[in-house]
Amino acid sequence: MDWGALHTILGGVNKHSTSIGKIWLTVLFIFRIMILVVAAERVWGDEQDDFVCNTLQPGCRNVCYDHFFPISHIRLWALQMIFVSTPALLVAMHVAYRRHEKKRQFRKGNQKCEYKDIEEIRSQRFRIEGSLWWTYTSSIFFRLIFEAVFMYAFYFMYDGFRMPRLMKCSAWPCPNTVDCFVSRPTEKTVFTIFMIAVSSICIMLNVAELCYLLAKFFLRRSKKAGNSKQHPNHENKEETKQNEMNELISDSCQNTVIGFSS
Amino acid sequence: MSWGFLRDLLSGVNKYSTGVGRIWVAFVFMFRLLVYVAAAENIWKYDHDEFECNIKQPGCENVCFDHFFPVSHTRLWALQLIMVSTPSLLVVFHVAYRENREKHHNQKLYRNPGEIDGGLLCTYLISLILKIGFEIVFLVLFYKLYNGFKIPHLVKCDIRPCPNTVDCYISKPTEKMIFLYFLVATSCLCIILNLSELSYLIFKYSLKCYLKRYKKKQQ
Repeated sequence: MDWGALHTILGGVNKHSTSIGKIWLTVLFIFRIMILVVAAERVWGDEQDDFVCNTLQPGCRNVCYDHFFPISHIRLWALQMIFVSTPALLVAMHVAYRRHEKKRQFRKGNQKCEYKDIEEIRSQRFRIEGSLWWTYTSSIFFRLIFEAVFMYAFYFMYDGFRMPRLMKCSAWPCPNTVDCFVSRPTEKTVFTIFMIAVSSICIMLNVAELCYLLAKFFLRRSKKAGNSKQHPNHENKEETKQNEMNELISDSCQNTVIGFSS
Repeated sequence: MSWGFLRDLLSGVNKYSTGVGRIWVAFVFMFRLLVYVAAAENIWKYDHDEFECNIKQPGCENVCFDHFFPVSHTRLWALQLIMVSTPSLLVVFHVAYRENREKHHNQKLYRNPGEIDGGLLCTYLISLILKIGFEIVFLVLFYKLYNGFKIPHLVKCDIRPCPNTVDCYISKPTEKMIFLYFLVATSCLCIILNLSELSYLIFKYSLKCYLKRYKKKQQ
């Protein structure tokens, strides 16, 4: 069980994402999770062993380390990535629910659906319209909030993004103000700045995706309004009903379900 | 054999679960299993090496560490994850039994072997009750073993061979406490999810029963 399982789950969601969403997912996996696992964990791996304080007093090092690093960088990043990936599950669940409904209709023998077999339902792609649009947009919104919260938590906890070489500590049982030296401060600073930069890129991608979705939504609405204005005489109740039915059919017939086990 | 086995197991269970059950599986994956493997395991990795006592007496550190941490947090956490995921196997076994019966008799005995009704409903409810039970047992165990959910940065120890009351320092107490609270919060959320699934199923099937009886009466 590792990040690979997350990749499997999110890979399923990828099918129903916009292009920006797919880019976001790639950036997340290659530039954040992979870097975390392959590089950052090694850099922070020996953190407390090589955190050295200029005193022989037992316990002083433990207490100073705990004081300056209430929660380690890599743990914060791991939590950040888990939280940021979770909203995509909302989309996966919504898609799974729609597919389930489609399969139920198919089993009942509903003639309106143009599927030959259940496999077609499983492999078909949904369009981001209707209620799925709302789910998708809220998932992006939550992603943005989580990213921002974690960036702020980082900044707040570590007074900026630099890792100092030397920290002065006077917590008990240290007998006086003691010099404590962090291991590999430059390398840690480099990786911290890298992760923050990639986080910012992800935030920008999410904002761009949000704007794209909103623009698409308003464009569709204005098209509908424009159509109804141009032909006010033809737009009667029957036609609206027929349009709605057509939309429902096309919506339902495009739904495919992604299960978590896929 | 590793956590991947548990992951595959839970994916199999997903097929026969209700909607809330699937949310529970996703929650356990993302917020408990993944957090445990990616973060928590590493925090407690060197907890014995980094446990330091203000004394040079050989054996004193070992004895004090053993006294204050009879079972490590991570081991208890791992046990909890395994025990809480296992009752779902009851459902899988029951469905497999049903399918076997159909094969044996060579006829369709059930409308759908995976549908939650009759005996399978009882099995499902029992598995939910067991899950809730295990969660509560482990939370109480954590609370009793460690005197609450706090991790102090200093403990005082005077067990032989320590010559007097010695100060012992625990490593990374704040980080451990944060993840302990995270564990407790996710545990409580899982209990709530299981309780809501239990009440949903009981409500749904009592309504079904009631409507059936009502229709029979009318006829």
